[in-house]
Amino acid sequence: MPQRTVVIGSPSGLHARPASLFVQAAARQPVRVTVARDGGAPVDARSLLSVLALGAKHGDPLVLSADGDGAEAAIEELAALVAADLDAARDVQEQR
Amino acid sequence: MTDTTTSTAVLRGIGIGGGSATGPVARMAPPSAVPPPRTVAPADVPAEVAAALGALAWVAADLEGRAAAAGGDAAAVLSAQAMMATDPTLADQVGALVVGGRDAAHALDQAFRFFRASLQAAGGYFAERVADLDDLRDRAVARARGLPMPGLPDPGRPYVLVADDLAPADTALLDPAKVLALVTERGGPTSHTAILAKILGLPAVVGCAGAAALTDGTPVLVDPTDGTVVTDPDPDTVAAAAARDERRRSLSAQVSGPGRTADGHPVKLLVNLGALPELPAAAAADSEGVGLFRTEFLYLDRDEAPTVEEQTAAYREVFAAFAGRRVVVRTLDAGADKPLPFATAADEQNPALGVRGLRTARRDPQLLETQLTAIAAAAQDAEAEVWVMAPMVSVPGEAAAFAERAKAHGLRTAGAMVEVPAAALRARYVAQQCDFLSIGTNDLAQYAFAADRTLGSLAQFLDPWQPALLELVRTAAEAGAGQGRPVGVCGEAAADPLLALVLVGLGVTSLSAAPGCLGDVRASLASHSLDDCRRLAGLALAAPDAAAAREAVRTSTA
Repeated sequence: MPQRTVVIGSPSGLHARPASLFVQAAARQPVRVTVARDGGAPVDARSLLSVLALGAKHGDPLVLSADGDGAEAAIEELAALVAADLDAARDVQEQR
Repeated sequence: MTDTTTSTAVLRGIGIGGGSATGPVARMAPPSAVPPPRTVAPADVPAEVAAALGALAWVAADLEGRAAAAGGDAAAVLSAQAMMATDPTLADQVGALVVGGRDAAHALDQAFRFFRASLQAAGGYFAERVADLDDLRDRAVARARGLPMPGLPDPGRPYVLVADDLAPADTALLDPAKVLALVTERGGPTSHTAILAKILGLPAVVGCAGAAALTDGTPVLVDPTDGTVVTDPDPDTVAAAAARDERRRSLSAQVSGPGRTADGHPVKLLVNLGALPELPAAAAADSEGVGLFRTEFLYLDRDEAPTVEEQTAAYREVFAAFAGRRVVVRTLDAGADKPLPFATAADEQNPALGVRGLRTARRDPQLLETQLTAIAAAAQDAEAEVWVMAPMVSVPGEAAAFAERAKAHGLRTAGAMVEVPAAALRARYVAQQCDFLSIGTNDLAQYAFAADRTLGSLAQFLDPWQPALLELVRTAAEAGAGQGRPVGVCGEAAADPLLALVLVGLGVTSLSAAPGCLGDVRASLASHSLDDCRRLAGLALAAPDAAAAREAVRTSTA
């Protein structure tokens, strides 16, 4: 099963806006992606509550997994979001 | 007290805002208790599942509707809460619990409890979302049972709103004409309630453990100046608080012009400025200039640093508005709570202790060079007295290097911020290398107490009345005086009219605060001599903790 470990880039961790963006992106994927803390139980990446409950902070590694057609691309897209600094990269449009 | 039917009690918490308020308590409508479990017949399970999931969907739609009505930052918070209500894993759990024999209300309650425990365990920012989750549960359970939504009370007269904590869904609809003050059992200085109170200009006491005992209709006096809620206050106490508010209002209306103590010792009163939209109000305020011009607004929300031309234009606008007055420009303070893609590293474990403030200039000298070039260009033909200062100076060498760079650009007055305890302890040597010091009490407290500024649960350490913080202020102020350098304070501490007296007594020569706070500070200074201030500073330093320091000074000035 395709799997990838990625380190959280947002200073506030996977919380608030970064968590919302991640969960919304997961919901758009054709396959079900799971996310887990290193060694922890995987949870549905489309579940904001489960993602928040990971308590994942800046610099923590997260394991993304998915199976089926498009799994690689889905993991790729979500991994990029996890690694990005979503606190800083807020565009003007979303500010107001 | 002659009336024996009531007994007054004083509850303590963290005060937000100035001015007191007195009125009857009205509590947030308490969520109805979940009724005893009901057996669901196997044939009715699909309908029960539909009822439970339907309640969640209704709550989500209701919150989205409120988000659309609220707009702005409140909308983002409400939308995030709506997203929690539509969570697929939550729905799966609720469904499984009903299939396992629970009725809708109990299934919802139990599923929310599961996530609540996980968020609580995650701590920090995550634990602060627990109030949102509890609010969702109460709404969903009420909907599933066909009951009205829990929410703001409506006793038909102005009231003091008392709650365990306020959820964004409640505060977005709060009517400042009906609410006199806010009191919450939980929450810190950065909670939704505290932020809302500042925006609406309502007095508030948050983190007030005794608030649980307050019942509807009980008259209370909410006094943020000393962080107290007095139940059944006797008329004299209410009158005294009202008189104090009135005295303060009329004093600040009477006194104007440069700040000075009753015996004429000058204390410069300056405003803090954080963005150009604030400029008209800041310039209109009765002040001797800007004590802290934060320049981060020029850099936020962009992928690369602003050009010299762009920066020069912005600085020129500020200097023109303050012609004839002083403007202290703080160079870019990126990092920690203000990360910038082009200035901050993404891989720091502890950004507050990382490459931030002046430290970014070591990694990227051009960033500071560009900014100094722009400030100098704007200052060239300006009538304002332009000073520059560097944030996050830790050692004298950094102050020397900054002053050297500033002077190379023709900026004559360069100073260092004192926010790191090391800089305060060695302020004499820092002051020898530059022209002035400016103490940032918020960061100085964070670093002195090893207490993250953004954590409400550590609020007690960040109280600017902490004697250890005041000790560092004294060290810096005395060192500055010894070297003939002015020492200012910019930060929350300077906005408190009582604490301002203590700071002046410790040797601080200027105070910089939000424009709206200056009147009270000016009036407070005008009614105390420098000797009074020194005596009050002594009382605060001799106190064992922040509360005792505040109390000692308050009693002595009452």
